[in-house]
Amino acid sequence: MQTVDLSSNFFALFDLPVSFDVDLDALSVRYREAQRAVHPDKFANASEVERRLSVQMAARINEAYQILKDPLLRGRYLLELQGVAPDDADTSFDGAFLMEQMELRERLAEVKNSANPVQQLHVIASDIAVHDKLLITQMASLLSETSTKSLQQARDVSRKLQFFRRLNEEVETLEDELGDY
Amino acid sequence: MALLQISEPGQAAEPHQHKLAVGIDLGTTHSLVASVRSGKAETLPDAHGAHLLPSVVRYRETGAPQVGAIAKQSAISDPRNTISSVKRYVGRGLADICKGCSRREYDFVDSDFSVPRIRTVAGDISPVEVSAEILKNLKQRAEETLGGELTGVVITVPAYFDDAQRQSTKDAAQLAGLQVLRLLNEPTAAAVAYGLDKGSEGVHVVYDLGGGTFDISILRLNRGVFEVMSTAGNTALGGDDFDRAIAEWLIQQAGLDPSTISAGQTRAILLEACRAKEALSDADAVHVFLSVTNDDKAWQGELTRVQLYELIDPLIQKTLSSCRRALRDAGISVDEIEDVVMVGGSTRSPRVRERVGEFFHREPMVDIDPDKVVAAGAAIQADILVGNKPDDEMLLLDVIPLSLGIETMGGLVEKIISRNTTIPSAKAQDFTTFKDGQTALAVHVVQGERELVSDCRSLARFELRGIPPMVAGNARIRVTFQVDADGLLSVTAREQISGVESTVQVKPSFGLTDGEIETMLRESMSHAQEDITARMLREQQVEANRIIDSVESAIAADGQLLADVERAQIDAALTGLRQVRDGDDPRKIKQAIESLNKASTDFAARRMDESIQSAMKGHKVDEF
Repeated sequence: MQTVDLSSNFFALFDLPVSFDVDLDALSVRYREAQRAVHPDKFANASEVERRLSVQMAARINEAYQILKDPLLRGRYLLELQGVAPDDADTSFDGAFLMEQMELRERLAEVKNSANPVQQLHVIASDIAVHDKLLITQMASLLSETSTKSLQQARDVSRKLQFFRRLNEEVETLEDELGDY
Repeated sequence: MALLQISEPGQAAEPHQHKLAVGIDLGTTHSLVASVRSGKAETLPDAHGAHLLPSVVRYRETGAPQVGAIAKQSAISDPRNTISSVKRYVGRGLADICKGCSRREYDFVDSDFSVPRIRTVAGDISPVEVSAEILKNLKQRAEETLGGELTGVVITVPAYFDDAQRQSTKDAAQLAGLQVLRLLNEPTAAAVAYGLDKGSEGVHVVYDLGGGTFDISILRLNRGVFEVMSTAGNTALGGDDFDRAIAEWLIQQAGLDPSTISAGQTRAILLEACRAKEALSDADAVHVFLSVTNDDKAWQGELTRVQLYELIDPLIQKTLSSCRRALRDAGISVDEIEDVVMVGGSTRSPRVRERVGEFFHREPMVDIDPDKVVAAGAAIQADILVGNKPDDEMLLLDVIPLSLGIETMGGLVEKIISRNTTIPSAKAQDFTTFKDGQTALAVHVVQGERELVSDCRSLARFELRGIPPMVAGNARIRVTFQVDADGLLSVTAREQISGVESTVQVKPSFGLTDGEIETMLRESMSHAQEDITARMLREQQVEANRIIDSVESAIAADGQLLADVERAQIDAALTGLRQVRDGDDPRKIKQAIESLNKASTDFAARRMDESIQSAMKGHKVDEF
């Protein structure tokens, strides 16, 4: 079965330089223009071949946009492009980070028993956001260097970001539960 | 060098001939059909001037089923054969349908089929067939009004409809003989009709409360591109449920024993509940009247606004929970919203408007006709998709409403595609074999946000066959899950080491198999064999014309991209297809289509790549 050329990287797809530093406005504009060119809406009454190809191409453009738009996914993608597997871990997390995680998890577990659960959740979500911002800044600077050491450090930062992302998902699940009384 | 083809003057195909396309709002309580005429989207009335078609179908012992107002007249006298609100039943299993309802309004038959059937005097009918009758009625109305055959139709579905419900809608269209250009989400359709009307860029919220379903969608409109940011909802919550709550209160007030109420009496009470509800939009209290009792004594009472609000507030609260979730998933606050658009008949309720206004800190927009806006939006899109507006810049980027996952060990779900992912979307997952020489693999796909398979909706079992036998654990089977622009999932699989593609057999959990649809299509035709061949022929001819048009335009635009050899192959295949197209052998046409497909696929793919690249280059200039 013929598929479209999926070998070009996501940055090249949008004709953007390969870098962690992405102009998000330009990305949005290009994303929309790329979809205008191949979205299935343009091929609804075309041949079966074109309809099939357009679904594949539009899916690829959506994937590229999703990954480049999100700092964590973008960082992981850049690591992959440099030949570093984002989930490899040859170092375990430092003690301070693990403590931080445990503390946040304890606070999350306490939310249901607290006087004002929704408020508590918002505080936890804000704290996570602060951590996120810091880590993303670290990642940006590490990925602008090309040494093996800084790539490995960038990988460690991305793993930390991953933890916070999962924690945030748990916050959202809990928020849904609380909201649907 | 290939010979140029020059057609005879007056016989060249008009590339942009106006094609007939309509939008259909297949609603729980009412359905509509609309078309763009003289640049305006208009709903089409029936012979009596009515635009709304009640979504009611009545089956009789002899004769074709009745559809619409005439069917509705028999709702109380012939309740078991008069099917209303069938939209609540499509794509669902018997267990879901009868969850929590003690009184079954229809005679659902438990059967071997995964799709429940309703026993009527005309036989056992599936919800898909009932929907098809409504669609047939609208198709006829459209073709008579517009004076010709429809090329295609856009049918709207609740944004929160799952894959089974969507596929069932498409199946119903197929049974009705309609070519579906797109399944369009109702809030998106409303946004299209509304957005083009007002032209305001920015973030819009569509709150769509219909007879049986609720959706909230948050969209961004930017230079003709409608991008859905998030969607949430409930496919079993609507005005019908308000009626039910009121009806239960009435029964209680009248001191009736629920177990003694017949199906016909239930319908009568629901109608009275609905009447009272609507009357309370303009009054503080209304008289209510039940002529239902066993001892022929009628019951009278009064329903006040306050009492009504007490009954419907918990239901409205449920919709607001969905609103909160949609805002959260979109990552925006209420202050960033341009406006909130109300869609669906149930948004006429003053209480609904009041509470939605409170939640979003602004007056919701109610000036657009909540009954017609969805059909209008669908008509606008249909007009574009069918090719009547080649220069139109409108683009709809919608999302999948529920996460898709696969069942893994221990009854857990592994998410493959998350909710609110923009579609089309594709994700690949690698699997391997468990036993030596294993040649088949089954993947169970579910929809939902929970961690346990039992808490999610089963979508289908995909059986992958033809895996080359290997040592257990050696095979690398890449399974690709693809959701198309209609929100429908398809699965393909390829063993990576050998390169062999598996065949995929789909076993839907709550839908009709291809075989069942084929049977229904055959049974619906009076002169079976003749019509099957005629239908196959037509289908092949339509596809033949499509691919000929596509390839000819492609060559006209980018012929210079083709190497001589490739061009010669394509020309040969084109000639071959043209020769058999006007004949009467569908198989020959299909073969010729296949040849042309093979010859032109590479070219089509290259052209698409090129068009993206030139769009990117074009933008460098615009941005600065």
